[in-house]
Amino acid sequence: MFLINCPFCGEREQSEFKAGGEAHIVRPKQPTELSDDQWAEYLFMRKNIKGIQFERWNHIHGCRKWFNMVRDTSNDEIKAVYKMGEKPPVK
Amino acid sequence: MTKNLRVKSSKLVDETYRISFKFNGTTYYGFKGDTLASALLANNIHLVGRSFKYHRPRGIMTAGSEEPNAIVQLHNGTSRTEPNVRATEIEIYEGLVATSQNCWPSVKFDIGGINNFLSPLLPAGFYYKTFMWPASFWEKYEYFIRKSAGLGKSPDVPDPDIYEHKYIHCDVLVIGAGISGLIAAKTAAKSGFKTLLVEEKSYLGGSTIYQDSEFFKINNQNSASWLEKEINEVKKIENLEIKTRTSVAAFHGYNFLLARENLTDHLPLEQRENKTRQRLLKIRAKKVITATGSIERPLIFDNNDRPGILLSSAIKKYADLFGVACGEKNILFTNNDSVYETAISLIQKGIKVQAIIDNREEIDSKLIKETEKNNIKIYKGYTIVDTFGYKRINSVSIMKLSKDGQKVIGSKENISCDSLGISGGWTPAVHLFTQSGGKLKFRDDDQVFIPNTYPSNQISIGSCNGDFTLDEILINTPKLLKEFLNIKKTEYENIEIYSAFNKSKRNIWLLPSNKIVGKTKSFVDFQNDATAKDIKLALREGFRSIEHVKRYTTTGMGTDQGKLGNMHALGIISETASSKMGELGTTTFRPPYTPLTFGTIVGRNVGKYFDIIRKTPIHEWHVENKAEFENVGQWKRAWYYPQNGENMHEAVQRESKAARDSAGILDASTLGKIDIQGTDASEFLNRVYTNAWSKLEIGKCRYGLMLNEDGMVYDDGVTTRLDENHYIMTTTTGGAATVLGKLEDYLQTEWPELDVYLTSVTDHYATISVCGPNSKKIIQKVIPEIDLSDKDFPHMSFKNSKIGKVKCRVMRISFTGEQSYEINIQANYAKSVWENCMEAGKEFNITPYGTETMHLLRAEKGFIIAGQDTDATMTPIDLQMDWIVSKKKFDFIGKRSLYRSDTIREDRKQLVGLITDNPEEILEEGAQIVADMNKKPIEMLGHVTSSYFSPNLKKSIALGVVKGGKNMMGQKLIIPMEKKQINVTVTDPVFLDKENKRLNA
Repeated sequence: MFLINCPFCGEREQSEFKAGGEAHIVRPKQPTELSDDQWAEYLFMRKNIKGIQFERWNHIHGCRKWFNMVRDTSNDEIKAVYKMGEKPPVK
Repeated sequence: MTKNLRVKSSKLVDETYRISFKFNGTTYYGFKGDTLASALLANNIHLVGRSFKYHRPRGIMTAGSEEPNAIVQLHNGTSRTEPNVRATEIEIYEGLVATSQNCWPSVKFDIGGINNFLSPLLPAGFYYKTFMWPASFWEKYEYFIRKSAGLGKSPDVPDPDIYEHKYIHCDVLVIGAGISGLIAAKTAAKSGFKTLLVEEKSYLGGSTIYQDSEFFKINNQNSASWLEKEINEVKKIENLEIKTRTSVAAFHGYNFLLARENLTDHLPLEQRENKTRQRLLKIRAKKVITATGSIERPLIFDNNDRPGILLSSAIKKYADLFGVACGEKNILFTNNDSVYETAISLIQKGIKVQAIIDNREEIDSKLIKETEKNNIKIYKGYTIVDTFGYKRINSVSIMKLSKDGQKVIGSKENISCDSLGISGGWTPAVHLFTQSGGKLKFRDDDQVFIPNTYPSNQISIGSCNGDFTLDEILINTPKLLKEFLNIKKTEYENIEIYSAFNKSKRNIWLLPSNKIVGKTKSFVDFQNDATAKDIKLALREGFRSIEHVKRYTTTGMGTDQGKLGNMHALGIISETASSKMGELGTTTFRPPYTPLTFGTIVGRNVGKYFDIIRKTPIHEWHVENKAEFENVGQWKRAWYYPQNGENMHEAVQRESKAARDSAGILDASTLGKIDIQGTDASEFLNRVYTNAWSKLEIGKCRYGLMLNEDGMVYDDGVTTRLDENHYIMTTTTGGAATVLGKLEDYLQTEWPELDVYLTSVTDHYATISVCGPNSKKIIQKVIPEIDLSDKDFPHMSFKNSKIGKVKCRVMRISFTGEQSYEINIQANYAKSVWENCMEAGKEFNITPYGTETMHLLRAEKGFIIAGQDTDATMTPIDLQMDWIVSKKKFDFIGKRSLYRSDTIREDRKQLVGLITDNPEEILEEGAQIVADMNKKPIEMLGHVTSSYFSPNLKKSIALGVVKGGKNMMGQKLIIPMEKKQINVTVTDPVFLDKENKRLNA
């Protein structure tokens, strides 16, 4: 079970958090302009990386804040956490 | 009369404290400190159980948690029974009652033993191969397979014992209190780390604590005495906590571990009352030191499973620690030096060693010389080819091994015995290490897997790290600790060690026999009866991956997870497939390391503590008025209020008639309520609901539908504009938490520029809904100061008011289709306001109704319930609710998805009303809907989502989803049931008061 360093609260048990899927998928500003395929790309297509993955997490049983996490899915190592709107610290 | 096989007072047992226990109906005696296994052996009982598949007689094989055979059923009183308890682990207590498993009528005469003679017919994959055809017979086979499956019997009443969970945080966790674990714990604690040491046994010191011969010395004392002094010091260290009888079950990522602490299983029954039986420790450690030791390997030869065949180390342990001789004529069989330690122990205690069979040709060590001095015959370069004796071993036949170890040569020789100790070397207990994600490497020298890379802040030390000898442990452990704990010195730097152990070993995974493999029963997995022959068969049949071979042969799939034989299975696979051991990898070790009882896993979360129970502030009134309750999420909601022995149907008919004829009252406090404030609140609502919100006047309410981004209906509810920048949103009862979560998600991540604040106020306000033609009069009596005239307070509007001095919000909204008022009031006052309403409504026969009547009333009106009539595949268009989808709004969540090629299909399932031809016939919710019964396969068009008998319309009504249903108005469809077909007509989903006369009355 992970020990997650919430950017607002500090280190907490994973059981306090909820995973929220891939990070940095921006909701299109003008959905009506998009073709079915373009909209489907936003709506359905998600990466499933073995290795470094950018994820959204929510401290649901804590401060309820959403934040981003960089995690190596091959060994579950959390490389970094950062607030929404901040640039990912690692590439 | 059974023999007494006690040898002399021993380390662990207290011979002044006698304990009686029952095994298979007979009373026996043992001493305090005995395990069930040691006590049985002292009574000369080896036959303890029958094997799983062939029902072969099996005896005690080990002295620890790796035991595959001696697993018994415990019976503690009438309501306590526990299967699959390892006799080698359970300490005896006064009143212990145990029986053998997997045998009938008795362990001595077991009908299932016939399987042993049928074994040529029961190869690996027997079930897969045999029960495949004819397919229609499966149900018949299943009955018998299930009957013969499983080992023990599970209890059939709730577990009466108390269990609990406890969190522990420490700097250093040391797993295992053998010599290396003790050194580690002492070093860590003395260096200032808050340390926890856990040990699965009842005592500290591991196998060194009874290693008291002159062949193993530390600082000129025998190793046992040296370690005893260490233990005494360790016990005094302040920041070191020691937990015995505590077994680590799981080692998860980020150094999170689960351990079971056994608190009462060793106590006499009468001392256990009201005590916690077991505790699940949830340990988060900054650093973990694994010192779990190693498990002795068996040897794989024909008939290596008879009662009386034990691991050589177990024979030593029973003699040294428990003072029990496993036999009077012992033979030892080995490929390494370990059995000579056993031999010397036995000789010292006056137990006869008949012979030693060593498959090594050239051997020479101090231990061997000492053994030879005692006139014990050692057969060098020999192997056992067979054993004899059905319920107890009585002899072995041996033959000379060829130089390459591939076959046997010369002639057979028979030696009689009553006990055989076997040793195939040692396997590091790397189970926990690999659970944590650690990767192993294979060491060719002695054919063992040892830890290679660590995924977290942890190390393995001692024999679980491949350091098997005393000198290796005492030299390597301090070195590893210094680096791991980042300390300069340990107290073990200049220690003098003397170890007579010689590491030479001749590893042969499957020993050769004078018979062909197909004619032998060389057991690899003793618990699941998997033999070398089975593994070879699996390979012949094309299985290559070890994970596949494991599942096909069931090797390593018993409750012991193959702690003894897994390495041999790998060895036999690699030899047969001519691949290298290291390249094959191992099968996956999964938690728990040893089985956990369900009680320990759930702890205190049983019965009414299984989940949180949420009650409304009016709950007590419902209880007093005999309501039946239903669970809605975690909420307890009043379901219906039966009077004078009514059943549910009768109560609901009465309640719903009263609500339409005069007045009904509903506790709607469970509805989710979200307080929304901020200058962008209106804009926010515009984006999350499908309809427009900017123009909603202050004091007005509006129904909204919320979609997911994929266009599917997610939740619905009425939102009221309390002020310019202040709304109160209601959600469905079950959707409250997820709706709030979703709204926060969008606010925080997509639209952080919006000035909007969300607060859940579900628990703060109670909601009392009064409906029916007389509702206005009742509310007027309860709140005299409020103007309820239709002109001043029309449908879908809201007013602030007061009841006495208490502020309340009154909304005129309706989920029943009747004129209806909802009073929202601070929760503390809710019960008294409810009682006021009941009192005021007396003259109008105000009738409390529950969720069932609420569902019926809304169905009459064709109102949907999100989650019942929708299932995450329904768009507002599918629901025939086009009217609520704004065409003008630029965007809202889900808008773009409403005209994807899939969502605009005409033949999607759409919500319709269904009227049965026979008005008395009530459809079953979930029933399938079809049009043509003759065309095969019959096409399923949809299903019934809601169905009731309407007392107000005096007929059966139903809602359902039907493919292309929108264009099928008036069409006849069929609901096929098990014994009949029900004819229905498709209608509009609104059955009652289409013109909304009642709402506005």
